[in-house]
Amino acid sequence: MGFKIVKKRVLIPGRVTEVVFLAPDIAPTAKPGNFVIIRVRENGERIPLTIADKNPEQGTITIVYLVVGTTTALLDLLQEGDEILDVCGPLGKPTKIEKKGEVVCIGGGTGIAAMHHIAKGHAEVGNKVISIIGARTKDFLLFEEELAKFSAEVLVATNDGSKGHKGLVTEVLDSYLANHTVQEVVAVGPVVMMKAVAEVTKKYNVFTTVSLNPIMVDGIGMCGACRVSVDGQVKFACVDGPEFDAHKVDFDELMHRLNSYKQQEELSYKQFCECHGKEKKN
Amino acid sequence: MPEQDPKTRIHNFSEVALGYNLELAITEAKRCLQCKNPTCQQGCPVDVDCKTFIRFVAEGKLEEAYLTIQKTNSLPAVCGRVCPQENQCEGSCKLAPTGQPIAIGRLERFVADSYYAKHPCDDDKKQKECIGPKSRHKVAAIGSGPSSLTFAGYLALRGIKVTIFEALHEAGGVLVYGIPEFRLPKKIVHTELEALKAMGVEIKTNYVVGSTLNLQDIFDQGYEAIFIGVGAGLPRFLGLEGENLIGVYSANEYLTRVNLMRAYKFPDYDTPLPRGQNVVVIGGGNVAMDAARTALRLGAKKVYVVYRRTQQEMPARREELHHALDEGVRLKVLSSPVKFLGDEQGKLQKLVLQKMELGEPDASGRRSPIPIPGQFEEIVTDLAIIAVGTRSNPLLLQATPQLKLNQRGYIEINPDTGETSIPNVFAGGDIVTGAATVVLAMGAGRKAAQEVAKRLKLTA
Repeated sequence: MGFKIVKKRVLIPGRVTEVVFLAPDIAPTAKPGNFVIIRVRENGERIPLTIADKNPEQGTITIVYLVVGTTTALLDLLQEGDEILDVCGPLGKPTKIEKKGEVVCIGGGTGIAAMHHIAKGHAEVGNKVISIIGARTKDFLLFEEELAKFSAEVLVATNDGSKGHKGLVTEVLDSYLANHTVQEVVAVGPVVMMKAVAEVTKKYNVFTTVSLNPIMVDGIGMCGACRVSVDGQVKFACVDGPEFDAHKVDFDELMHRLNSYKQQEELSYKQFCECHGKEKKN
Repeated sequence: MPEQDPKTRIHNFSEVALGYNLELAITEAKRCLQCKNPTCQQGCPVDVDCKTFIRFVAEGKLEEAYLTIQKTNSLPAVCGRVCPQENQCEGSCKLAPTGQPIAIGRLERFVADSYYAKHPCDDDKKQKECIGPKSRHKVAAIGSGPSSLTFAGYLALRGIKVTIFEALHEAGGVLVYGIPEFRLPKKIVHTELEALKAMGVEIKTNYVVGSTLNLQDIFDQGYEAIFIGVGAGLPRFLGLEGENLIGVYSANEYLTRVNLMRAYKFPDYDTPLPRGQNVVVIGGGNVAMDAARTALRLGAKKVYVVYRRTQQEMPARREELHHALDEGVRLKVLSSPVKFLGDEQGKLQKLVLQKMELGEPDASGRRSPIPIPGQFEEIVTDLAIIAVGTRSNPLLLQATPQLKLNQRGYIEINPDTGETSIPNVFAGGDIVTGAATVVLAMGAGRKAAQEVAKRLKLTA
């Protein structure tokens, strides 16, 4: 059974795309925090993508991706009506969502999409959600409108100051926490951002959850490629996570491990671009 | 049996053992004593009638020989390749004391390969042997490794509709992600799978039971019994300093990348793979041998297998160990890893070993390794593969708290029926026993299938 794409929407031209596809067996059980593993062609790689949203009535799953390598580039070649070869999920432990008061949800880059599903879950149980999103420039911000639907506030940071605070999301977070009592902070985005968020929230002693994005192969606990050190213990992000207590994660190790295949990834992508006559986008 | 020369084969992934031709097979089969009370069959976990099939081979009746095996064994081409026959049929052969038992495994392989060459059983041209389900009953199996496939084959042969739910994108379990091409070509696994499909077995890939759906959902879809054959897939690590450096792998990851994802064909296949120059494999079992031999084929200059005891105590099959040694794998015995050392980029550089000596026998009856104080050794390495076993995968077990587990975390079953603590849910293979062999898993699948067949007739 294929996984037919019913909607494809370019969120940031040439960079970020949203795809909604049929996955009637996954949609009903998908929860915030879950991810899927996809494979796009017969000789393709398995890659994890966080579920950005779901619609159990229509049996659809939404994913958001940035073209960074061969598999996301192949995915980007698919159009509405085409099928994704393999989708496996929902995987990972869902976010622990309970009514606790006020929750700040921070997203950076495509991490905003993953954060959106979690923030929505918090809003649905009655938590006051403050969303903080950041990007290089205002055109690269994602899901601002969607987040505004259920967030008490959406705070924005851009590096160039084209919208909201000029600077980093962590600066926005820092000043927010200085004036408010918050029960939990959730951060999804680049590892450097999540590490910086953890440093800020430690100062205010606020419990913080991060969703990690290590390299995975099977995504079902079989290989250990995704192992991360949490509180000195080895955890598998695919079955023990992908969300962990930010104050206990070894982010430096994660950053190293994400570079394991840098050379091969570049070679593979270069070959893809040559085959498809595309310029490498950066 | 003819084999590829070691010097040639370390440069390819083609099968090492080349198999019998008809003449060799008949000559070998004619050596069989056709004992009045054959002991070979008793040595087989799936009860293959070796005596009869060997007689058919001696008479040149290969189709009859295949149908004899197929009565109790759904994966003959696989078993003929990967079973430890020396402990089973061949170990029980009356000729075993002479050192020349009948090569039953090789004959089984020859029979299955010959049959499949003539009867492809594919969807286009169904053979008369390829029957579909006849009864209204349907049952499910979770995981598509050897235990589930045997379970499915046994019941499908009796006209029952079987659906297999597989979590990965490709069926076969350890036969496709674990055992390398040069020992068990994927083509062989596909042929066996096609033969099962032609009998009406349905395989649904990308279904993670415990995540995509749970046991109750399967019962709700009208399945009357469920067999859990999900294997013991979670790799064990050593808990040592530096174990998360780039270049340290579980054997599961390394082999999955190569076998399931075909990373040895990178970049034609998209999954990348570390190409180690100085490779260290930790462990002394069959998986360690598979990993070491794979690394050689991928161009490693040196491959060491590091083991705490001596060659004598290694759990690997002798045949696998000898194949590895013939190909140039080196052993570093009486050595136990202490820590991994890396550079500033987090890349593996060295492995520190503690030298050991053998002391008194331990609970397993093997002499236990004891550290020699102050004696350490460093080996330069850029790829370390840890092959020290697996644990039970938590996905299905955590989603099914009613399922009773034993102290080691594996599923507890009734040894007579294979049934778990949940009625009509059966289990077998590594998820019950912990990591064991393909054929033991098949034996467990067959036992559960026999029980299911019995019950379905009673309720029919």
